Amino acid sequence: MTQTRHEPTGQAAMKMHQLITADGTRVHDELLDPFVQDVDRDALISLYRDMVVVRRIDVEATALQRQGQLALWPPMLGQEASQVGSVHAMDQDDFIFPTYRENGVAYLRGAKFPGIMGTWRGNMNTGWDPYQLNMATPQIIIGSQTLHATGYAMGIAMEGRETLAIAYLGDGATSQGDVHESMVFAASFQAPVIFFCQNNHWAISEPVGLQSAVPIAGRAQGYGIPGLQVDGNDVLAVLAAVRWAARRARTGGGPSFIEAVTYRMGPHTTADDPTRYRGVTELEEWAAKDPLSRLRTHLANAGMLDDAAQAGIEAEADAVAAELRDACINMPDPEPMTVFDDIYAEDHSVLDREREQYRRYLASFEGQLGAGQQVQGSAS
Amino acid sequence: MSSLSLTQAINAGLRQAMEDDPKVVLMGEDIGTLGGVFRVTDGLMKDFGSHRVIDTPLAESAIIGTAVGLAYRGFRPVCEIQFDGFIYPGFDQIVSQVAKLHARTHGKVRMPLTIRVPFGGGIGSPEHHSESPEAYFVHTSGLRVISPSNPQDAYTMLRQAIASDDPVLYFEPKRRYHAKGDVELNAPLSAAPPMGAALVAEPGTDVTLVAYGPLVRTALDAASAARADGISIEVIDLRSLSPVDYAPIMESVRRTGRLVVTHEAGKTLGMGAEIAATITERCFNYLESAPVRVTGFDIPYPPSKLEKHHLPDLDRMLDGVDRALGRPNSQTGMED
Ligand SMILES: Cc1ncc(C[n+]2csc(CCOP(=O)(O)OP(=O)(O)O)c2C)c(N)n1
Repeated sequence: MTQTRHEPTGQAAMKMHQLITADGTRVHDELLDPFVQDVDRDALISLYRDMVVVRRIDVEATALQRQGQLALWPPMLGQEASQVGSVHAMDQDDFIFPTYRENGVAYLRGAKFPGIMGTWRGNMNTGWDPYQLNMATPQIIIGSQTLHATGYAMGIAMEGRETLAIAYLGDGATSQGDVHESMVFAASFQAPVIFFCQNNHWAISEPVGLQSAVPIAGRAQGYGIPGLQVDGNDVLAVLAAVRWAARRARTGGGPSFIEAVTYRMGPHTTADDPTRYRGVTELEEWAAKDPLSRLRTHLANAGMLDDAAQAGIEAEADAVAAELRDACINMPDPEPMTVFDDIYAEDHSVLDREREQYRRYLASFEGQLGAGQQVQGSAS
Repeated sequence: MSSLSLTQAINAGLRQAMEDDPKVVLMGEDIGTLGGVFRVTDGLMKDFGSHRVIDTPLAESAIIGTAVGLAYRGFRPVCEIQFDGFIYPGFDQIVSQVAKLHARTHGKVRMPLTIRVPFGGGIGSPEHHSESPEAYFVHTSGLRVISPSNPQDAYTMLRQAIASDDPVLYFEPKRRYHAKGDVELNAPLSAAPPMGAALVAEPGTDVTLVAYGPLVRTALDAASAARADGISIEVIDLRSLSPVDYAPIMESVRRTGRLVVTHEAGKTLGMGAEIAATITERCFNYLESAPVRVTGFDIPYPPSKLEKHHLPDLDRMLDGVDRALGRPNSQTGMED
């Protein structure tokens, strides 16, 4: 048997929609243009500012991990346009089902820092109330969230509401059975769900060509779901593409699949060593397509961003980073007995006993149980 | 004799098995170029080629399910599940297919799969990276479940697992991955203790403490600490979770009269429950006190800053030993 690693040739075979090229030129796209008619200078600046801020968050968190303040961090460096563009296309009552990498999305949705950082510091599992943010807990199990998003969307359809669910997933995730099953259900029930796949070209060490022999967006068609490939480093195009899918969802058009073609410029997580599996030239090629620099060039060329405005945005990002660092470093360790919290919604007798046993065990160190108490009764 | 870490010992075991039998193939996520996220398969793709060290697409059900097909075809697949918490997408294939095919085909079809699973906590990981799912597989007949605790066993037990015509779940104690030990690489497999044997890791006379995988080291440390207090603990390294080798445990309990079982997995329906019940049935007249379980809590694995509370440590084991000995302990006076 020979192992096949397909070159992502399919990418060329499918039309990749784009609105701003790598050198900052605004180009036109018949499908996407109508979805960004309203995007004026202020809206563009706010997309840019958000990308600068989430990159700053990412860089700061990566540094905090290196300094031993975080157990782990999954960098999003290079994927800012995909995260920012997609979340800008959502309404607040659209429900987001993320992976572990959508920390930029979480921040823009309103998650606060002790919460975002707490997960990666090891203090808590989820740092926000999913119903307050309309954003589910970060998902580590690859692909599971696509089923959750589809089910949520089926619920929306049953209630006849004009909102939607969006599932974020990676290119590697598209190999999982759950993802295929979610597309079957989404198509069968015409669920208002958007599958938003960030093809960042790598699943840890495995290239996208190992996961799919055809363009990822092309797979959706087989399930009866329209698939669109978009330049994932072009924030305007991502915004437009997700608005396209969102309109379909809100108007009874059912599911859509978007493949945002982007690149993970850092390691998979801070525990990963990409030098083992990828060459430097690839990184250089993608650095030239950087999502931030292309929008900055576009804005500067159009006279929409001067040095002062740029400095203002940088200062804003620095302030966010300082806030993040503060929240992270000053986060207290969780209390021991909280290990028993929230396991069940209602009392559970076995766990109640374990809780009491552990309370007594801890107390035995603090000498809180008097000697008299200790000798009474029988050992259990 | 070489001094190897547990990961190096597993790597050496895989290498030896692949050299011995061209039908042995490795499958898993990131096991090729990267050498696995723990580097257990480091260098093997380079030496054996990508047709024998197969980086699979990201799909656990497919890793196990296609291994079933390869086994039908006479291969001996060794599947790597990247982390304990990711075995569940492959669970259906393991319990519905791998475990049952030999019986379903009246012994005609062999399923000589080895499924390697880094398991257990104590390494500060996020959710789904520290689980102890062994009981699910022990509960499923047709599977063998083993867990080595040191590099020598890691090396020999892996080779035995691959050589076995039964499917074997091989649980690697990931928090001991870097622990070094002497490994005899060249001794014939036939000279090694059987894969299914429980061994006395340290002899003692007062209490029998049964542990496996990651907690054997902790149990040995507890035994040293207890010795200073004049208590002699016999530590048994279970090694095989299915089947359990009861003979050495019974022999030990008949001498000590007291049993403590420890594991990281939750207490309910865990290995401790099974061993305590069996020893109670079979050695009741020798027992001086009720068997004691020192285990993880019945909770989803907590965030890593809290894991030290969930995982049995030396002090919790000693507290359990005190309970078995009827000495004052944290639970003294607890009513029910
Ligand atoms: C079911 C499951 N299997 C394996 C893993 C281990 N793992 C974590 S991330 C990852 C790669 C994911 O790649 P992709 O879906 O492309 O997303 P990316 O991380 O590149 O954003 C793997 C194999 C997991 N988390 N869940």
